[in-house]
Amino acid sequence: MIDLLSYPALPEIVLALGAIALLMFGAFQPDSEKTGAMTSWLAIGVIALAGIVMLLNPYVSGGLFDDAFVMDRFTRFMKLLVLIGSAGALVLSFQAFGEMQLMKFEYPVLVLLATVGMMMMISANDLIALYIGLELQSLALYVVAAFRRDSVRSSEAGLKYFVLGALSSGMLLYGASLVYGFAGSTSFPVIAGVVRDATNIGVIVGLVFIMVGLAFKVSAVPFHMWTPDVYEGAPTPVTAFFAAAPKVAAMALMVRTLAVAFPGIAPAWQQIVVFISIASMLIGSFAAIGQTNIKRLMAYSSIGHVGFALVGLAANNPEGAQGVLIYMAIYLVMTLGTFACILAMRRAEGPVEEIDELSGLAENNLGMAFAFGMLMFSLAGIPPLAGFWGKFYVIAAAIKADMITLAVITVLASVVAAFYYIRIVIVMFVKEPKEKFLQIDAKVGAVMFLATIFVVLFIVYPSPLVEAAAQAAKSLRL
Amino acid sequence: MNLTTLPILSLVTFLPLVGAMFIVFLPQDAVRNARYVALWTTLVTFVLSLFIWISFDKANPGFQFVEERSWLGPISYKVGVDGISMLFVILTTFLMPLCILASWEAVQKRVKEYMIAFLVLETLMVGVFVALDLVLFYLFFEAGLIPMFIIIGVWGGKRRIYASFKFFLYTLLGSVLMLLAMMSMWWFAGTTDIPQLMQAKFPADMQWWLWLAFFASFAVKMPMWPVHTWLPDAHVEAPTAGSVILAGILLKMGGYGFLRFSLPMFPLASAELAPLIFALSVVAIIYTSLVALAQEDMKKLIAYSSVAHMGYVTMGIFTFTHQGVDGAIFQMLSHGLVSAALFLCVGVIYDRMHTREIAAYGGLVDRMPIYAFCFMVFTMANVGLPGTSGFIGEFLTLLGAFKANTWLAFFATTGVILSAAYALWLYRRVIFGVLEKPSLKSILDMSPREIVVMAPLVILTIFFGFYPAPILDVTAQSVKKLVANYEAAIRTAEKERAAPFKIKISAAEGQKETK
Repeated sequence: MIDLLSYPALPEIVLALGAIALLMFGAFQPDSEKTGAMTSWLAIGVIALAGIVMLLNPYVSGGLFDDAFVMDRFTRFMKLLVLIGSAGALVLSFQAFGEMQLMKFEYPVLVLLATVGMMMMISANDLIALYIGLELQSLALYVVAAFRRDSVRSSEAGLKYFVLGALSSGMLLYGASLVYGFAGSTSFPVIAGVVRDATNIGVIVGLVFIMVGLAFKVSAVPFHMWTPDVYEGAPTPVTAFFAAAPKVAAMALMVRTLAVAFPGIAPAWQQIVVFISIASMLIGSFAAIGQTNIKRLMAYSSIGHVGFALVGLAANNPEGAQGVLIYMAIYLVMTLGTFACILAMRRAEGPVEEIDELSGLAENNLGMAFAFGMLMFSLAGIPPLAGFWGKFYVIAAAIKADMITLAVITVLASVVAAFYYIRIVIVMFVKEPKEKFLQIDAKVGAVMFLATIFVVLFIVYPSPLVEAAAQAAKSLRL
Repeated sequence: MNLTTLPILSLVTFLPLVGAMFIVFLPQDAVRNARYVALWTTLVTFVLSLFIWISFDKANPGFQFVEERSWLGPISYKVGVDGISMLFVILTTFLMPLCILASWEAVQKRVKEYMIAFLVLETLMVGVFVALDLVLFYLFFEAGLIPMFIIIGVWGGKRRIYASFKFFLYTLLGSVLMLLAMMSMWWFAGTTDIPQLMQAKFPADMQWWLWLAFFASFAVKMPMWPVHTWLPDAHVEAPTAGSVILAGILLKMGGYGFLRFSLPMFPLASAELAPLIFALSVVAIIYTSLVALAQEDMKKLIAYSSVAHMGYVTMGIFTFTHQGVDGAIFQMLSHGLVSAALFLCVGVIYDRMHTREIAAYGGLVDRMPIYAFCFMVFTMANVGLPGTSGFIGEFLTLLGAFKANTWLAFFATTGVILSAAYALWLYRRVIFGVLEKPSLKSILDMSPREIVVMAPLVILTIFFGFYPAPILDVTAQSVKKLVANYEAAIRTAEKERAAPFKIKISAAEGQKETK
């Protein structure tokens, strides 16, 4: 029993087998909403089981397939986040999909497969493993983006995502092959051993292409164009899923690839990371100001947040990696909470997405307005809410690495971003009330409640997360 | 009850939060209960805070009532007060019940939430003054934005949206730069503990940048010319109690910050940049006084006069003399009482007439003699008439300024004349003259509730004007230590400059560090 539990890839196997089993289950049941709902619950159970077997593993580190697949504290931390993100997104999907007549068993199965891909990405310690994980995730995501087949916008979102995603995968593959060609191996540690300085231009070009692919996956500027359209076009529960777990996985992949495979040419990739980080923060902050659709706004917000998180990576020190981990953990919870609020924005005629529709929410539903308001303040990074701490640690890391200019731009961008977040608060608390929203679904309300509690009370006992992130960051040996 | 073991500072800090939690669980229509819970919570907090004053050891210049708990790695929960911060805590807890009483009838919309916002704000404000950890200080300092933003935005006047945005973004912009400076200090000294950082001896060029970053935050909060423009807007749009808190407490955080961080931690930069502060202070004193003369709106006039009075505070702090710093602290406390009282005075007639336009009033003395008396006391205190608390602060800061630079004192003193001009003119236009406006014919004098609010302020304003010792005794030792440390730091720096051999050593050390 212990032997089985100590197998590093056991959570992935549980998820993959679970996905196949659920596919069978769904295929042989009558195609009804009930089947869909049941599959979703079972999928949440499978995710929980995967999480449990991961946490029960008595060892903290290990590897498989010649260390192409590794397990350490870093993977454990990030995988836990991904599992929470996937399960949270599934919980959020019931009510909205029920109303859209989309409660089908394919969705949870696809989410499970995407989750397997993400877990694989996090554990990838080899260019081939990286690519397998990334593609498994991406293919599942393309499909769920277009999940609402009869909606033109959803189909457009899926197609756009697919075409651009395929392009970026191609670039990444091209870069990977260049690196393999010049370094002679696909394994990260071996590459790190060979690539000790920036004299080999082939490796640098390969690295740049790999980074293009990764930047696309985390939706960092200038490879962010797909994000607003996909966020807006995809059904809202799918957007919630997109904004949460895949971002975490892609960020983990980026950190590991750059820090483990290319530590020798850190100055080379640091420049790139600094650039895309600054560009993402600025575009994310300024472009969001003009948005009227809350989902598009959240798209730009997520672009900005990726920029903030990348500040920690740019610092290239243990504090920076710790900062990225803390940032992604807090970002995940805030995102799920915010999307719970967005999903609760529905009237008799259907869901609404315009920010103006939130007008006077505090009069109609103070609890939801409070939750939404706190999440917005937290996204803006106002202390003492959780969002502040994410920014705190990445900026502290940048200061430690003497990147003062980057730090100054980071805080200035966060002030600009604060403008559009607090504008939503103003709309909810100050403007005249509009017609009430429908009763909040219990599951959506639960996610909203938990996220708000986390955001507000994080300050009371922050050390477990911060310590866990510090431990996880250590296992990267920066 | 043993006061030495009781965590009294934490109690005073978090008791209002407990009260707020209690109000959260009241039923939605329990408006009366919400008011009473808020009032009792703030009163009990005030009484508790008086114990701090009573058992405060005046002879001890260091931090007292220190509590420390490990919290987040190097960042610990550490609170304590010294002679500089203790009185600000009392000022906060003292003004809070008055604010609640002043909002008793004026606020009818969402009373529960209003009281919660105020109680949360009290916790955060007290926290700023007691925090002895850099990050903890920042948390309290910045978190206060959220309730204040909501107070202005929800219960404010017509242009409240604009005012709340401006308030929020201005203050946020200033303080994020301070956050960066705090992080550099953390990495340099390896600790976020404020008493330890005071001993850290940052290198001179680093001090320069750190000072500027802190200045960005405190100058906005203070507010100093030219970043003061958020203040008139915020004051005008905020509800009366919001203005009281803004003028009474929030503005003091800037001055407190200069005393807690800029002076003791960056003495060399402070000395070098003092002329900048002097210039800005004098501009603030003269220019904003002139601007105040041109105002049509009572609250705006008082807001501009606040900026002018804060000019004396910054000037006094950066004279680095015992008198100047003492005077600055006294001026802040006195201004906390007087400007708060003036805003309450405006609130009294605003509640009756729903306008703040000066031209809409006149001849109130006929109908409202008690009100006219109160308003007069505070107007005189605002002018700085001897016998009121306003005089002591201005006199001491000017004394300090005279030591530092005669011209500085000369220009600053013109501000005293200008303040007399605008304050007395305001008083004449509102209180005296013929009561000819028909709408004012039936205006009523202050109600017992309003008298209860005003009475302590009147008494204290006059009491401290005649007998400032209770305040100056408390601050004396801490200020003495502050000034002595500053002078020691300057002397060491001068010695190093005088001895070329030593410069080589310190330069070599500097290189080591940069490597």
